[in-house]
Amino acid sequence: MTWIPPLLVTIPLLAAAVIAGLDHFMPDRVQDALVIGVSAATTALAFLLLWDAESHEVVHWFGGWQPRHGVALGIDFAVGPLAAGMCAVIGLVVTLALIYSLTFLHEAAKLFDSLMLVALAAMCGFAMSGDLFNLFVWLELMAVAAYALTGFQVERLGPVQGAVNFAITNSLGGYLFAVGIALIYARTGALNLAQIGSALSHGSAGGLVIVAMTLLFCGFLIKGAVVPFHLWAADAYAVAPAPVCAVLGGVMTDIGLIGVARLYWTVFSVPFGHGHAAGDVFLWLGIVTAVLAGTMAFLQRHLKRMLAYSVVCHIGIMLAGIGLLDSSGLAGTELMFLAHALLTAGLFFVAGILHVDHGLIDELHLRGRGRGCWALALAWLAGTLGLIGTPYLGIYLGHGLLDAGASRLGRPWVPALLWFASALAGAALLRAGARIFLGWGDEDDPLLGKSIEEDPLERHVLRPLVLGVALTAVALGLVMSIVPGLGQRAEYAADRFRDTSGYAARVLHGRPLPPPQSLPVSIEHTSLESLLYGSSATFLGLGLALVGLYRRRLPGAVSAVAGRTVAPPIRVLRGLHSGVVGDYVTWIAVGTAVTGGVWALLLHG
Amino acid sequence: MSRRARLLILGPALAGLGALFAWAIAGLPAFGDYRGPYGFVLNRVVVPLRHTTNVVMGTTFDVRGVDTMGEEFILFAAVLGVALLLRDETRSREVERRTGRLPNDAVRLLGVVMIGGCLLVGLWLMAFGYITPGGGFQGGVVFAGAILLLYVVGSHRDYHPFRDENVLDLLESIGAGGYLVVGLAALVSGSAFLTNLFGLGTTGTLVSSGSIALLNWASAIAVSCATLLLFAEFLETYVFPLDAEDAAS
Amino acid sequence: MSYLPYAVAAWICLWGIAGIATSRNLIHLAVCLTVTQSSSYVFLLSVGYVSHGKAPIFIGTKLGSTAVDPVVQALALTDVVVSVAVIALILALALDAHRLSGTVDPDELVDVSG
Repeated sequence: MTWIPPLLVTIPLLAAAVIAGLDHFMPDRVQDALVIGVSAATTALAFLLLWDAESHEVVHWFGGWQPRHGVALGIDFAVGPLAAGMCAVIGLVVTLALIYSLTFLHEAAKLFDSLMLVALAAMCGFAMSGDLFNLFVWLELMAVAAYALTGFQVERLGPVQGAVNFAITNSLGGYLFAVGIALIYARTGALNLAQIGSALSHGSAGGLVIVAMTLLFCGFLIKGAVVPFHLWAADAYAVAPAPVCAVLGGVMTDIGLIGVARLYWTVFSVPFGHGHAAGDVFLWLGIVTAVLAGTMAFLQRHLKRMLAYSVVCHIGIMLAGIGLLDSSGLAGTELMFLAHALLTAGLFFVAGILHVDHGLIDELHLRGRGRGCWALALAWLAGTLGLIGTPYLGIYLGHGLLDAGASRLGRPWVPALLWFASALAGAALLRAGARIFLGWGDEDDPLLGKSIEEDPLERHVLRPLVLGVALTAVALGLVMSIVPGLGQRAEYAADRFRDTSGYAARVLHGRPLPPPQSLPVSIEHTSLESLLYGSSATFLGLGLALVGLYRRRLPGAVSAVAGRTVAPPIRVLRGLHSGVVGDYVTWIAVGTAVTGGVWALLLHG
Repeated sequence: MSRRARLLILGPALAGLGALFAWAIAGLPAFGDYRGPYGFVLNRVVVPLRHTTNVVMGTTFDVRGVDTMGEEFILFAAVLGVALLLRDETRSREVERRTGRLPNDAVRLLGVVMIGGCLLVGLWLMAFGYITPGGGFQGGVVFAGAILLLYVVGSHRDYHPFRDENVLDLLESIGAGGYLVVGLAALVSGSAFLTNLFGLGTTGTLVSSGSIALLNWASAIAVSCATLLLFAEFLETYVFPLDAEDAAS
Repeated sequence: MSYLPYAVAAWICLWGIAGIATSRNLIHLAVCLTVTQSSSYVFLLSVGYVSHGKAPIFIGTKLGSTAVDPVVQALALTDVVVSVAVIALILALALDAHRLSGTVDPDELVDVSG
């Protein structure tokens, strides 16, 4: 079914053009139906593609420019089950966000709908593309749509600041990526990923390739909000409307990581794949991101900002999974992406509903006001437990596979750190949930900084609809760990994705795939350690949440000691996340230089 | 961070990046020593296969047509984005005290001559884009620039017809959507998306290169309307208050 | 001579980043961003240059004569359009920032932080 990949991109773009052009002639109801219909149809096609991609690599050469003698001339979309699965989840989250926004956003509906459809098309194109410059084009398309959607509420300064920080940091990342493309093109004379990989297998991989790799990966890491390139994420997600946050935080940030994985396993594993040096940098960046973001999440009182740091924390865990350079690690990242996208979207939806109901988004201001909304409370609790990784909920299976990969590589301390980070971020969300829905905790907490309040976009929404969307998203995310057969299929998809020479053969020479063995349809087992880690993380999260709620009631000596040790680092961390774009760009320069330097030392010679 | 701290951190970081760049450049082939197969193959193959003498446009609209499709929609999304960001109705700006027309006759004369020249150049770049240097994008931007000159040289009232967003929105969507429809036509007829299906004609004449000509025109329309829409959005923030003034005077 | 264009491109890139990081005006910052991007054009076009090569437009030139790489020119064209799109958005945001807070200094535009 090679006709599906172009449709996943073309149908949303065509609908966006039609909506933007015919806005004055189209009644609102028709426009709403068209948007939801197109988004749902794209999701359905993506699922169809997923079913087809299991048995063979779906490769579509645009313009009919097939490769000749192993030289690729045209652009291709090369879709395996991992890429198709990404497209399916992207479509699902965007469709849910569009349904949510049906009654949530009344003004500028045409612009909002068109931009969301453009973002959907760009993300699917990015997931499927097998050409380096084509990846850049889809990256910039989704970025442009995202910058505008972030600044939706132009009546306040916060959205303008968030959009500015987002636009400048991510554009800079895109331009560094473009310079990287020029460098790798000079070395290999090709833009097709499979062909670049083949070209790099001859000759040595010296400074040129290492620097090109640094620039290319740093461009994606900026998009993927990895430390120290992550500073824009909280500013942007705090101010965007809830459905936009669901799409940005749920899928768009994660897709930067999928780009990293694709680029590594089609191109750079050829010269650098025999050691672990390339992956170790990702592993360490991932661990630092997870722990730092988990801590920052705990220090927030603005619900969407807290969720933003939770997103960055899970990004760190997923990057660590990629950095293990192992099939289980990659499969774990895949499954975590599926669960995390839906759970995060659901939690953003819940935060949006709270904002509309009470006009408040600050955890301390909302204290106790959620009492009686059992559906919202349940959604928040379920989503949080799914994000911590309570056994057999949400991200648990993905994290379990990651643990298996780490212990197989002889790094048992990796899971410990990652589960700890997960617990930190989860503690923040549990604390917020308890304070809002149960009224527990002190009324004020100077640890959480000063208040940032804002008006909601709308005050009147169709509550059953938005509530239904939130519950659906959380429910779908929760069951990811217990879908029978999903774990095994994820591992198979990861194996296919990591098979560099097989990918090149299938794309450039049309060699067919060996027939896959039939995979069992059962719930995958995880190790005892993962069960222990998951349960401990849950308890640790609950404990930290209680400490956060009742900090004042700790004995004086404990408080004093904790205050002396913990306060200065917190002040430093807060200072680093200053909201000033000049600081962020400085850290991007530092991060790129350091990453390049480390890879130069580890990979040279 | 204070500015001093920022500079102290930025300096070494940029020095490190500079060192990395120097290391990379040392590994590059010398300037002029392009070796890769991609460009050489296309220079040999595109003219006979697609009957277009401008290989760059053949690459842009055919070999790498999907990139151009994405690029067109980047411009499309930017126009939507600017409209979204500048949509606030309750603007209270200080009214710009500017006269309606430029007082200097020499500048106005030069401007009027330039408008004609730019229009012709723009149309020529668009029409002959796949034969001689040029193309839909370049022609579209020059064309839109010529129209903007109308605003500079004349008054906002002369420019007003070109600010009509209903028409411009529709035309831009026709341009962007047209590109997609040409690609889909190929897909529907059983070939790959964006395959060049139409008759290839004679190389070097206006009737050549098949769907490249259609895509060229589609992008020309889309780009000129997108640029005019961008100008319209930005000008509205300045011109709007003047409208009320002119009505009063 | 043989490495000068690349050195120029790297110089542009680094000073562009320095400009973005130290800018006090959003409009100046948007221009610095464009400057940084133009370094990618210079890299791309220098990489594709063939000594004594003509433009890859074969009207008036015989087919088969030495011509420069057309692919990087197509890539640079796309790059330019991306730059237009981004600078349009940042300028629109600068207008909004000025309207809401009276300043376009990115150091002053801090509503959320921490």
